[in-house]
Amino acid sequence: MITLSHYLILSAILFCIGLIGVYRRKNLLLLLFSTEILLNAVNIGFAAVSKFYGDLTGQMFAFFIIAIAASEVAVGLGLMIVWYKRRGTLDLDSMQSMHG
Amino acid sequence: METYLYIALFAPLVGSLFAALFANRPKNIVTGIATSTLLFVAWISSVVLLMHVMHGEEVHVKLMDWIHAGGLYIPFGFVVDQVTATMMFVVTTVSTVVHIYSMGYMDHDRSFNRFFAWLSAFVFSMMVLVMSDNFAGLFIGWEGVGLCSWALIGFWYERESASWAANEAFIMNRIADLGMLIGIFLVYWNFGSLQYDEVFAQVADKDHTLLIMVTAFLFIGAMGKSAQFPLHTWLADAMEGPTPVSALIHAATMVTAGVYLVIRANPLYSAVPEVSYFVACLGAFVALFAASMALVNRDLKRIIAYSTLSQLGYMFVAAGLGAYWIALFHLMTHAFFKALLFLGAGNVMHAMDDELDIFKMGGLAKKMKWTMILMTLASLALAGIYPFAGFFSKDKILEAAFATDHYVLWTILWITAGLTAFYSFRLVMLVFFGEERYKIFGFHPHEAYKFMLWAMAPLAVLAVIAGFFEHSFMHMVSYVLPIEEYHVASGTFWTLVVVTLGIAASGIAVAVFKYSKGGFSKKWEETFIYKLLFNQYYIPKIYDEYICKPYAELSRIFWKDMDLKVVDATVDFIATTIYKSGMASRVVQSGNLSNMLRWMGVGLLILLLAAIFYSPVR
Repeated sequence: MITLSHYLILSAILFCIGLIGVYRRKNLLLLLFSTEILLNAVNIGFAAVSKFYGDLTGQMFAFFIIAIAASEVAVGLGLMIVWYKRRGTLDLDSMQSMHG
Repeated sequence: METYLYIALFAPLVGSLFAALFANRPKNIVTGIATSTLLFVAWISSVVLLMHVMHGEEVHVKLMDWIHAGGLYIPFGFVVDQVTATMMFVVTTVSTVVHIYSMGYMDHDRSFNRFFAWLSAFVFSMMVLVMSDNFAGLFIGWEGVGLCSWALIGFWYERESASWAANEAFIMNRIADLGMLIGIFLVYWNFGSLQYDEVFAQVADKDHTLLIMVTAFLFIGAMGKSAQFPLHTWLADAMEGPTPVSALIHAATMVTAGVYLVIRANPLYSAVPEVSYFVACLGAFVALFAASMALVNRDLKRIIAYSTLSQLGYMFVAAGLGAYWIALFHLMTHAFFKALLFLGAGNVMHAMDDELDIFKMGGLAKKMKWTMILMTLASLALAGIYPFAGFFSKDKILEAAFATDHYVLWTILWITAGLTAFYSFRLVMLVFFGEERYKIFGFHPHEAYKFMLWAMAPLAVLAVIAGFFEHSFMHMVSYVLPIEEYHVASGTFWTLVVVTLGIAASGIAVAVFKYSKGGFSKKWEETFIYKLLFNQYYIPKIYDEYICKPYAELSRIFWKDMDLKVVDATVDFIATTIYKSGMASRVVQSGNLSNMLRWMGVGLLILLLAAIFYSPVR
């Protein structure tokens, strides 16, 4: 029997994977991928809890997040392409023009 | 009559503002003529007012409300009663003469216009001082004359001694004005008003201690303005200013403001005999003290300044003895002959290229006949010789002292009368007669402009005849001032007159006799008493040594040890701490996205922990 806990544990594992990705990766493209993993981990959580309580609000929220994630990817990829054309790299450590 | 009052008050102000427009321009004779004309207009108004109030009338106007807040109500009110009218007459007469005279005296000065602006501003302040119907207005005028006096003493500010003297006068007066201000506050707190008539009406039912405090504090103010001991040193130093200024401000008008204050506040002073007696004693002391310093001084203007001090002492004796009208009378006659004396000294200075040492002059009578005559007249009046003005007023003071059984005061004043006659004629003899020493020093003296001499003529006339108005004057001021008839037996009276005249005449005789024969021997200058007097009793030195130097030392300690080591150090410590913490924490702002994300993760963790452990919902 698959219970709510299983979903939430999956969601937590995915979230941790995403978080580690955000921390460890030095490539901006992979950072974006990790962010997607984070968002979808949260989506799983929302959908599961929504099903558990029989309340559609959580699923609606998940849809919104998908929509926002899509637009975010569109904008983020666009920016990244521009950046790559200019600098020829997406390495995070090379992006320090705001160094204090 | 109100119109005349406003004309008398504001004509000098208009003149001053007009002259001030040209203050930075080269000499323009129009400023001199305009201010003199306006002052003459003010003089005419004053005379009209004097005629009007002579028979008991009084002009009282309220220009506008000035302060009206809560229980405090101070209107800009002006009153012309007999005392004020007398003061207005004196002020406008002397200042008109001085303005006209100054056109000649300041002829070659490049700040000609500025001089007239300040001089007229002074007259305006003085008019406010004497015409105000309340203590607040009096205080404005009081500060106004102080300011103008400062600007005029330091008129040649490029000379260090002049600006020093100006500051000295200003600071001395500030000290005294603090006392005056406290006195005014006390009046307001305890009488609930600053209007003269309202305050004086309540004197009878006030506590005696309170009255002592009020009068004492007000008198401190008067001591500063009238340069009484121990605040007297500024007056002699104030001679750094142009001579017409000395004539107008430091002889005839401003320095008598203190006497005016005591006369004006006579209901207060007559209610406290202790303070009045102190006023009289201090006056007598200063009379003798200043006269003794004048005996040996070599500086033409300083001698006259000390004689002013001495005469102010006489006025305070009269005021302190309750003979207010005599004080006012002496104030008036003194203004005429002392201004004349100073203007004469101005002529001499002009002739001698601003040389002031009377031992470098001598024999000037041949070159400057008219100045000699005018100054001799003034000196005779100062010495109190019949029938000149000084005789009447000074004799009255002596008579008042004798009749009220103050024999010690009388003796001091009597001796002072002799000294006065001596130093006046020592000055006249050394300047105008005897050996022509100026030739040794290469001076080419010449008589002053004709119109300057003519300008002095009215003062000379008044110095001669003013005394004969004694009875009409007494009658006039009797409307506002208490008049006490002094009853001395006719024989005693004539003895007093003869004795006083005798000592004055012998003072003159000694001076004339000694200085026509070459003066006193040099041995005198070695004696202790000569040195003591010549160094002004070492008082300036004592002030310097025991007040200025410790004060400077204290200031240095506060600066080096308190300000730099405590206050500055604290402020600097706070600043450097913040600066250093900023320097230390700026590495956080690396601009590296990974780092920032890590910090964000840490922040998230902390918030999560906080949410778990401090959750409001348990």
